[in-house]
Amino acid sequence: MRHPIDRREFLKLAGLGGVVFASSLGAARAAGTMGAAKGGTYDEFYFVQLSDTHWGFQGPPNPDAKGTLKKAVAAVNSMSEQPDFIVFTGDLTHTTDDPKERRQRLAQFKEIVSELKVKDVRFMPGEHDASLDRGEAYQEFFGKTHYTFDHKGVHFIALDNVSDPRALIGDEQLQWLAADLRQQPQEANIVVLTHRPLFDLYPQWDWATRDGAQAIDLLMPHPNVTVFYGHIHQEHHKMTGHIAHHAAKGLMFPLPVAGSQPQRNPLPWDPAHPYQGLGFRDIEAEAKNAEFKLTELPVVKA
Amino acid sequence: MALSGLLLGTATIGLRAAAQPEEQVIKMLARRFTYTPDKLTLKQGVPVILELTTADVLMGFNAPDFGVRADIIPGQVARVRLVPNKPGTFTFLCDIFCGSGHETMSGTITVVA
Repeated sequence: MRHPIDRREFLKLAGLGGVVFASSLGAARAAGTMGAAKGGTYDEFYFVQLSDTHWGFQGPPNPDAKGTLKKAVAAVNSMSEQPDFIVFTGDLTHTTDDPKERRQRLAQFKEIVSELKVKDVRFMPGEHDASLDRGEAYQEFFGKTHYTFDHKGVHFIALDNVSDPRALIGDEQLQWLAADLRQQPQEANIVVLTHRPLFDLYPQWDWATRDGAQAIDLLMPHPNVTVFYGHIHQEHHKMTGHIAHHAAKGLMFPLPVAGSQPQRNPLPWDPAHPYQGLGFRDIEAEAKNAEFKLTELPVVKA
Repeated sequence: MALSGLLLGTATIGLRAAAQPEEQVIKMLARRFTYTPDKLTLKQGVPVILELTTADVLMGFNAPDFGVRADIIPGQVARVRLVPNKPGTFTFLCDIFCGSGHETMSGTITVVA
């Protein structure tokens, strides 16, 4: 059994502590209709979400483009209590029009993250990895782009909304999702991992999934659903009904708040505050309170 | 009776045609990773037809603020009707990932009263 408070205390002592955001596993529970125990008990555990590492990117928004991912790996490895598993929610690499270079970047990324102490690592593609070849190169290195796994009473679903360059999940995958959900008890504890937001966060910047609403409709009958995603390179929290959606920071360059500037250009690197806006996320599944506790962690200690 | 009805119908069609002038057609060319033109200025309340073609790969055209989008398929002309129903400057973008410069492929629609 984990002792999350003790572990968070360590994070503070280590100078890694970030903002903590509590996300109820069941918003329905908050309404007094159910709790995690009714949804199916699970053991406490925690996992780490890293996103948008964009390996291969070069440019002024990150003068340490070749070092940031390695620093993030070191930061995860330095955690005193290692997570049960680690997820990468897409854009592992920065896009390239050259298929050979794409494979080189995927290979280099894989080599770097092989240094993670935790060996249970789950990957999914972003549009930078997969949209130009419908995930062909990505699958050579990381296998399927959508899949499920179960961990200590929580059902995880990795959804692919990027291999189709039109930002579609697609009918076939939606049918697969529907079939998977039919196998789950209604009150199952479900976590969806994906790259793009499933809701229309800001379509003007392509921050949407064209048929994401269909996925949300399929998930809605289940009262305990939480979505973790990437793509927008910043922390963001949104409820669609009782479903919580949490976007993670990126690990190459931060992007501006939706609509805050004319273009979605990366925020400039601040030499006075290097790595500002970059980071990763510690996610605790706490059975006692039936909620996820999110702790945002920086790439390097303050 | 049948003849007069036919004549009346013809007159009605003629009046409608006179009341609705042909909508302006604006041709737009998409190529990796730009639109030409990439800035449109439209008059509020005056619909236009956009005729979109691509010089290379499959592209998208999406103007979310006006609920208009289209696939631009190589070798075909995509026609969309856009009703500029509110003043301001709005973004349109390519929403089909088309390559390394995709994320900068956008333009603006300025609607004046």
